[in-house]
Amino acid sequence: MEISCAHDPGQDKILSSPASNPYLPVRCRVEDIVVESEDGNLKTFRLSIQDQEARSRWNHVPGQFAMLSLLGAGEVPIGIASSPLEEGLMFTVNRAGVVTTALHRLSPGDELGVRGPLGNGFPVDTEMVGKNVVIIAGGFAFTTLRATLLYLLEYRERYGEIIVIYGARTPGMLLYRKELEEWAGRDDLSLHVTIDREGPGWDGLVGFVPTIAGQVAPSPDNSVALICGPPIMIKFTMPPLEEIGWRDEQVYLSLENRMKCGLGVCGHCNCGPVYVCKDGPVFKRSEVQRLPVEY
Amino acid sequence: MELIVSGSDLDRLIRSLKEKGRVAGPVSRPTFRGRMVAWAEIRSIGEVVFDEAPRESMKRFLFPQPEVLLRFKRKGTGYEVEPGQVSQETVLFGVRPCDARSACLNLLPYQDDPFFLRNMAATVIVGTRCEQPCSTCFCRDVGGGPESIEGMDARITPCGEGSWKIELFTEKGLALFQAMAGGEPAPTPEGGAEKTPPLLKPLKSAPLSSLYESDVWAELARACLNCGICTFLCPTCYCFDIQDERLGSSGRRIRYWDSCMFPLFTQHASGHNPRPTKLHRVRNRFLHKLKYFPDRFGSFSCVGCGRCVRECPVGIDIRKVMKRLAEAVQTEV
Ligand SMILES: Cc1cc2nc3c(=O)[nH]c(=O)nc-3n(C[C@H](O)[C@H](O)[C@H](O)COP(=O)(O)OP(=O)(O)OC[C@H]3O[C@@H](n4cnc5c(N)ncnc54)[C@H](O)[C@@H]3O)c2cc1C
Ligand code: SF4
Ligand code: SF4
Ligand code: FES
Repeated sequence: MEISCAHDPGQDKILSSPASNPYLPVRCRVEDIVVESEDGNLKTFRLSIQDQEARSRWNHVPGQFAMLSLLGAGEVPIGIASSPLEEGLMFTVNRAGVVTTALHRLSPGDELGVRGPLGNGFPVDTEMVGKNVVIIAGGFAFTTLRATLLYLLEYRERYGEIIVIYGARTPGMLLYRKELEEWAGRDDLSLHVTIDREGPGWDGLVGFVPTIAGQVAPSPDNSVALICGPPIMIKFTMPPLEEIGWRDEQVYLSLENRMKCGLGVCGHCNCGPVYVCKDGPVFKRSEVQRLPVEY
Repeated sequence: MELIVSGSDLDRLIRSLKEKGRVAGPVSRPTFRGRMVAWAEIRSIGEVVFDEAPRESMKRFLFPQPEVLLRFKRKGTGYEVEPGQVSQETVLFGVRPCDARSACLNLLPYQDDPFFLRNMAATVIVGTRCEQPCSTCFCRDVGGGPESIEGMDARITPCGEGSWKIELFTEKGLALFQAMAGGEPAPTPEGGAEKTPPLLKPLKSAPLSSLYESDVWAELARACLNCGICTFLCPTCYCFDIQDERLGSSGRRIRYWDSCMFPLFTQHASGHNPRPTKLHRVRNRFLHKLKYFPDRFGSFSCVGCGRCVRECPVGIDIRKVMKRLAEAVQTEV
């Protein structure tokens, strides 16, 4: 047998296990809340970690997520929208069910818990270094890509060309509008913001993300693409990219599955052999192609 | 190390252990239709049933229902949080080789889980030999065996005339019987673990797609009720849900057994379900046990106890699944 029986895990390991309880969230304070979308369903929360020690210990990679924890209501996995270089933490939450609705009822000054960071994140310090980076986002899946973009801009010289393609249904559904304006003014970044249909007061791009991606036609040479959005968007974005030579090994996706523990034990988030919470949520598209379609 | 003890010595030991914690074993219980063997606290060794497997495994001692992850209490604008529960000192008598082995297998995914580790450390497993394997079990096919001592701290064997043979395998086992033994720590004897099951390697090297697309799943899923009995009775099913319970201004966050056989297990808030059909769920349960877990940890997540075979209301049999997958792998080559 390949397993060895370690029935007695040893008192040492038990007594020295980190903080002993990985389910204890760190205490955070809501500093600011921004209603992001015209339908009021998307809110951005800026949080500060209360405990000094927990604050200095906190360290995440863009693309990771955390459990937002409201005692008495429950926990939900939410992508970390802030860059590791920013003060405090930021999350953008879509009101979907029990816990996210409870989160939407919070006011500045309220307390909530954060458990994390969890998962793997984008390879910003490894495979992406020295490459052109193409960021493609649809809807509110822009969150962790915002974190990534801020990180890339902070260490701008480490990367090649940066292209961002971001789409939403209407202008009013675009996240982080102030920042979009700022980024539009930069000459070291090519930004393409699009909305699904023509609307009053919008003089920017119109069209679905896949169409715009086809028009922008980013070169696959020495490049990686990070794509986050509804599955249907990802599906239709790939063919125009493949047509100009993109391969699955260059494309990173972030998967989403129902989660409970976020630690690879509760079994909820598995997609075939992988746990989205622990082995992901970021996977190369070539890896995803080998998985059963259980996401 | 080995010793022979009398029933009255054991009963005295059990009484003294009960002052500090729990002592449990499989006992015979009357039911509506007759009797069943169930886990219960014991007062004497005579109560323990050795010749029949209990309906449930011992997993609730290592995965308590519920496990309290933390407690909270409203205080001002925030909460006061306390860490969860402390493990109860527990001694289990008469654990069968398959069930004892399940503790080792479950430790693989739980090797960093402080709750499971503490429960393991607080539990002494006094196993037994399996003299009479039943018609539904198949421990040898999955890497165990009636003589396996994997997961046992000690082993107890009735040797007639009110006396018992005790073999000690670990420090914990030795500590338990210290007063009676008073000797050196026993080296774990060799040869406890059985051979690598023949099906393990072929399934491991088989590409997932060939197994995922087997037509056995549709066949099985047709009958399955998604009742979850198989998962709750299975000693190596360890999935859980986390929920908050609140009463007034205080409450607790708990985890408790969940089952991948339920549609809600995977359903997103949007309504989208990555495993929408029975077929998806049945396939996930078996592939987890026979492919995903072995690929990650090197062993089947099954100890061959046969409980899922015995208790499934529609007679779904994991041995048949193994056979069919073996065939699928064969035709592939
Ligand atoms: C890695 C990851 C990153 C995410 N990032 C974001 C984000 O940045 N912003 C955002 O608004 N949403 C995000 N989500 C989705 C978000 O987690 C769900 O919308 C949320 O869990 C719904 O919980 P609820 O209690 O409101 O809904 P309910 O339907 O009441 O859900 C009950 C429970 O089911 C689980 N659950 C249900 N749906 C999901 C789901 N889609 N994903 C994970 N768990 C689920 C949760 O544990 C939840 O508490 C992310 C999900 C994952 C997996
Ligand atoms: S016990 Fe049988 S019917 Fe019930 S979920 Fe398991 S396989 Fe399906
Ligand atoms: S899958 Fe069935 S036979 Fe295997 S350990 Fe679980 S209940 Fe026992
Ligand atoms: S969320 Fe528990 S295993 Fe991934």
